[in-house]
Formats: sequence, structure tokens, C-alpha cells
Amino acid sequence: MAEVGWNHNANQCRASHPIPPLRGDLPPRGEGRAPPQTPWKTLPLEDCALAAPAISPYSRCLKMSALQPPIFPHRHLLGIEGLSALDIQALLDLADQEVEVSRQVEKKKTTLRGRTQINLFFEPSTRTQSSFELAGKRLGADVMNMSVASSSVKKGETLIDTAATLNAMRPDLIIVRHHAAGAVHLLAQKVDCSVVNAGDGAHEHPTQALLDALTIRRNKGRIEGLVVAICGDILHSRVARSNMILLAAMGAQVRLVGPTTLFPPGIERLGFEMFTDMRKGLKDADIVMMLRLQRERMNGSFVPSVKEYFRYYGLDQEKLSFAKPDALVMHPGPMNRGVEIASEVADGAQSLIREQVEMGVAVRMAVLEALAANMANG
Amino acid sequence: MISERPLLLTNARLIDPTNGRESHGGLLVRDGLIADLGPRIGYVTDATAIDCEGQVLAPGLIDMQAFTGEPGAAHRETLKTASEAAAAGGVTTIVAMPDTNPVLDDPAFIDYVMRRARDTAIVNVIPAAALTKGLEGHEMSEIGLLKDAGAVAFTDAGRSVTNAQVMRRALTYARDFDALILHHVEDPDLVGQGVMNEGEFAARLGLPGIPREAETVMLERDMRLVRLTGGRYHAAMISCADSVEIVKAAKARGLPVTCGVSINNLALNENDIGDYRTFLKLSPPLRHEDDRQAVIAALAEGVIDVIVSDHNPQDVETKRLPFAEAAHGAVGLETLLSAAIRLVNAGDITLPQVLRAMSTRPAEILGLPGGRLERGAPADLIVFDPDSPYVLDRRDLRSVSKNTPFDEARLEGQVTRTIVAGRIVFDRTTP
Repeated sequence: MAEVGWNHNANQCRASHPIPPLRGDLPPRGEGRAPPQTPWKTLPLEDCALAAPAISPYSRCLKMSALQPPIFPHRHLLGIEGLSALDIQALLDLADQEVEVSRQVEKKKTTLRGRTQINLFFEPSTRTQSSFELAGKRLGADVMNMSVASSSVKKGETLIDTAATLNAMRPDLIIVRHHAAGAVHLLAQKVDCSVVNAGDGAHEHPTQALLDALTIRRNKGRIEGLVVAICGDILHSRVARSNMILLAAMGAQVRLVGPTTLFPPGIERLGFEMFTDMRKGLKDADIVMMLRLQRERMNGSFVPSVKEYFRYYGLDQEKLSFAKPDALVMHPGPMNRGVEIASEVADGAQSLIREQVEMGVAVRMAVLEALAANMANG
Repeated sequence: MISERPLLLTNARLIDPTNGRESHGGLLVRDGLIADLGPRIGYVTDATAIDCEGQVLAPGLIDMQAFTGEPGAAHRETLKTASEAAAAGGVTTIVAMPDTNPVLDDPAFIDYVMRRARDTAIVNVIPAAALTKGLEGHEMSEIGLLKDAGAVAFTDAGRSVTNAQVMRRALTYARDFDALILHHVEDPDLVGQGVMNEGEFAARLGLPGIPREAETVMLERDMRLVRLTGGRYHAAMISCADSVEIVKAAKARGLPVTCGVSINNLALNENDIGDYRTFLKLSPPLRHEDDRQAVIAALAEGVIDVIVSDHNPQDVETKRLPFAEAAHGAVGLETLLSAAIRLVNAGDITLPQVLRAMSTRPAEILGLPGGRLERGAPADLIVFDPDSPYVLDRRDLRSVSKNTPFDEARLEGQVTRTIVAGRIVFDRTTP
């Protein structure tokens, strides 16, 4: 497949940021350690307006001639890391339009007509897979779901062989979820089409971060300056990683809340405020973002028990009252009610959890459309 | 709370182990607290006055390691008998070990022990909770909920957590709750079949030995994990010279590490086992005399922070067995002070130093208000004459079990009076 002329592969080749020195002495105790520098490698926000206009100039560029640089100059969406604030902005603007499309009776567009989209999910997923499937179909693509359970992967085929096989079928888009961090990057190197990361291990889940950002922006009108508390199992969460990068790039003040056993060791060097006391972590927060705690991590390995986890780190109305009165609650799903979130909060007036699902389809439509705009003959 | 008559202790040799200062004077107790003290204490009309006859008046002892029998082992000890033994030995606060039956790994059991102690014990009893569920060393216990229920520290009692990953996570998690981890440092694989200190004497007796490395390997590992996690750590009992060096180095590095020593390892050595005396089968084992000297020196230097009784009552069935088959452990609450004074009278260490290791330091490590002589501190006090000699008869001990290593020993320094929260709970002058 031919590359577009000004192909920035910023999202494919990930420059490594300087490795922090090994932990020599203990970090200072206490709450709210906030090193000064911005984490990760993200491009500055420049002067672009943060509030979302109904139709932004960037979105209009989509239909423009291939001689002009596209609004989203990447072949793949492998992660939030490497995207500029402008890239994110453009996707969110486009997604805003897709929301409108999805709310019409006629939900079909033709942007991906004739294109083939393969959903390759090595891990079971309900909402992400169906969301991508719906997004592709609404844009007119032929969508194929590869069920790994009955595929050759189960028979021992390697990831690279699977990639080569699929590539031979000439798809235009492959949506991949894999249990190993970095597997999607590896696959992207072996195929000629665009690849979207639908979650790789504990690394990234970029469309989840984008849909969260869209949900926040539509409810709060902005992202910059908001205090966002990401709470729970940061260690195993790709959602947390993508959100941390995106929100920091968009100028939000990101806090991490949870027991230290669920923080990735070394994350204190990345410049986020960290709290082990949830009440302090939620103090004056605008957004409370809960994370799912996997069942196998609840029984004494990372946290002692469900009972104890819920007491100290489960979001109930009492803990939520420490956040701002108009704070909003998010959860990427599927929820463990009574583990990380109480039903009264999940179903309460401050919850955005249902809306997140709707935004998921819109954001994925925007991603697919933006990538398609860069494709040959696109 | 019913306010009792104030208690005025006069003519006493006041020793404040926080600063080692000694003075002659009196002390006034009101509402369970030290209301006033000093050489020129005023006369209080409504107070009950007691003449201490020049004896030492010091803070009550705090024992960080004692097995108190309940729940589940009342045939060995009960909270009542343990507290009576403690009062007679000058111990006003006991940290009760969680290796009971059931194990204290559930907030409800902590609550039970505290209520049971409140109803039956005459000294303060504070439970330590299990560090891992069932003391099995696999899954950390509910450290937050247990601490909220009143657990003062977390320990697997006489067991070591051999899985370093479990220990790492427990230290990490405990730090979030500012919880203290108390660890028995003895690698069970290196202990193997060992029953006493490895060395010449074990070779002579034909008994399998426990190398010092069983302790040092585990202790070294823990120091690395503390450095990694920043969790608050207390090595329950160290017994040899090499361990002293490890703790010293960790402290020099500024790690949040403290350590204790059993009174038995200070007062006795492996030769005391003599003719296979099972009451001297202990964990950690009695070591060589050089190790004993090293731990005494470390105590005087402050490298070792606390002295514990390691009170472990065992009944006849578990002790009247061949040495290798007998249970380990010795009772120690009632003889703790006398055995420590033995070191003082031998000139190894000063009286304020040993008192500090049995009151001030444990209080600081556990975050308790006692262990000091000053206005506002709890009136947990002891009066004793460090020079009064006696011969210990184990039948006189108040514990249910009588397995003392000091049977028929000539000791000095019996407690005359023990006061807990302003009330006299033990008085040797009125039998």
C-alpha cells in the first residue's frame, strides 16, 4: 500500500524518553508528590482553542485535497503517546460530528464504503468490539470479526504469521486487542494497512482515552484546567495510561489515587500527583475516573480483600462528597459494583458511565474516518 | 469514667528513661494520668499517699512480643493469667501475638481480644494482627480494617514470610496505612530440622543446629525490601552479632527499621541448655556467648531498640519430651525486669538503658502514649528495688504454664507495685 506523501510516522516510531535514574533513596512520604515536569513526550498545545465548536476548521480539512496536510497525520492509532494536542483536538472535533450522525435515524455514512475492517480481538471484549463494529458499519465498511477462540491462533500460529495471513486478505483497517503490551505495535509493522490499538496489555487503550476526553469535553466544555482523579488499579490499566497521557497533554491536572501496590513502581517520576488516601485525592476534583479491579487481584495479592478495597478505595457517595459538588463520575466498564464503585454512585446523577458508551461509538467512527482520509485513494 | 482518688507516690527514685535522668522526689497521679512529678511535689489533701521508700519509680514496661493464649489455647495461658504475670513482672502493656486459634486475621477477632482483655486483664493488652491470612505467608491480611479495629502491628508471630513478593507487597501496602510490620527473621529452610544454635555445643549434644544465617539471610532480604518499599519494619528478635551489623547498616542508611531482642538471648547462652533442658529450647535459639555479648553491646549502643519477653507458655505435654521433639518457647513476662536487671548488676548496661528498651522505645515504635515520666502521660508505673534478691520458684509463677528458663535462678529486682492507668494492679507489700 502506498504511503501518503507527508507521512509522519510519529505514532509508529516511538522515541524513548530519558530513563529516570534508579531509585536510590526513598521518595518523600506523604500525599501529593508533584514533580514539576510534564510527563511523557507530548507536543505543546499551541494556541488552539480548547472549547469545541460545532464544526471546527480541522474537521473541514478532512475533505480537502490530498496535497494539503491531513488533520490527523498518522497511519496508525497505536497509542495516545506521540499524538499532539492538535491531533487529539481534531479527533474530538470530528467525533462531535459523529455523535450527531449516530443520533439521526439515518446513521450511515459512506466514508469507508468499499473498505474492509477486521476486528482482531485476542482478548474477549464486549463493548469495545461491538463499538468498533458499529462504528465501521456506520461508515459503510465491511466489518469482519476474527474470533480468536476458533481461529488458527488457538492452533499455535504466531502473531506475525496471523498478521501476514490477514494482510494477504488486503484489509484497509485492522482493529487489534491483545493481552501483551507492544503486540499491536509489532503487528502494525507487519501489515500494509492501518492499525488501531483496541488495547494492548497494560500499555494503551487510545480510543477509550479519546472517548473519555470527548465525554468530559461535552459535559464540562473543556479539558484544560480540570482536576481529574484516576482511581484504582493503575498498575494493570491501559485505560489509565492512555488517559494520563491524553489528559496531561490537554492541560488537565491529573491525580492518581489508589494503594501503592496498584501504582506501577517508578510512576512517581512521571510527574503526577499521587494519593493513597482517596478522600484527599478526590478533594476538589472535577472528574472522578474509576478503574476496574480484576478479580484475581483482590484476594491478598495486591489488595487484601474486596471488603477492604471497597472501604478505602471504592467510590461511594461519602467519598464522592469530597470532590467538587458538580464533579462527574466515569468508569470504562465493565463495573464491579461493590468493589470499586457503589451502585448509588454508578447509577447516580453525577455518573457519565452510560454516556461514555455512546461516545465510544462516535470516537471510533472519528478515528476510522481520520485514518481513512490518509489512505491511498482516500 | 469514675474519677478515683488521686495517688501520691513519695520518696521515690524517679527514672525517666526518655532522657536517662534520675531524681529523688514524688509523683502525683490523677484521673489515670501523671498530674505532677518532681523533687518538691506539693502535698495533696485528698490523695492516697504511698511511701516508695527510696525505690525506683519508672514507667511500666511495654512488652512487644507475648503469646496470651486467647482465643483457643486457654490450657497454656489466658488473658487474665498473662496479665497477672505481667503485673507481677512490671509489664503494664502487652502486645498480644496473633498466632492464636483462630488466627487474629479478621477485624472481629481483634475486637474480641480487646473486649476480652478489657473484661479480664489487669494490664493493657493490645493485639497485633496477622500479616498474612492464616499466617500462611501467601496473602496479605486486611491491614487497613485490622488497624482501624485496633491492631497495633502486623506480624506472622513465630513464622517468617518466606515469599519475598508477598513481603514486598505487604510492606508497600502497609506503608499507605502507616502500619508497622513486625517480622520474625528465621528462614525455615535454613532452620530445617535444627533445634539449637549450630556449632560446637550442638555437635557435642548430637542435636541438629540452626545456623546464624537462617536469621541473617532473612534479615538482609528484608532490609532490601524495606529500602525498596519504605514500609515501617521491626525485626522482632535478633540473636547474633552479624544481625547487629545488618541492622546497624540499615539504620545508618536511614531506613525505617527498628529491631528487638529476646530477654533470653540477652541473659542466657547455648551452654545454659546443659543437659537437654527443653525450657531453653527457643526460637531464635540461644546463641554463643560472643553473640550474647554482641547483642548486649548493640542494646547499650541503641542499635537494638527493644527488649521483649517472647512470653510463650507451653504446657508439660509439649515440653516433657526429648529436646528435639519438644516445643520451643519460654514464659517471660514475670521475669522480664529481673532478668534485665541481671545485666545491669553485671555492669553490662545501665538501668535507664534497659528501662528505655522496655518502655520508651516500644512506645515510640508502636505509637503509644506511655513509656515516659512526664505530666500528661498515662500513669502506667512500676516501683521496684533493683537490688532486692530472690530465688525464683517456678511454682510461684502466675502464668498457667511454668516453663521458665530461670527456674531456681538467683535474681534481683522484684517489682513492689505496678500501677496501670492510675490504679494499683499489683502490690507485693500486701499479700
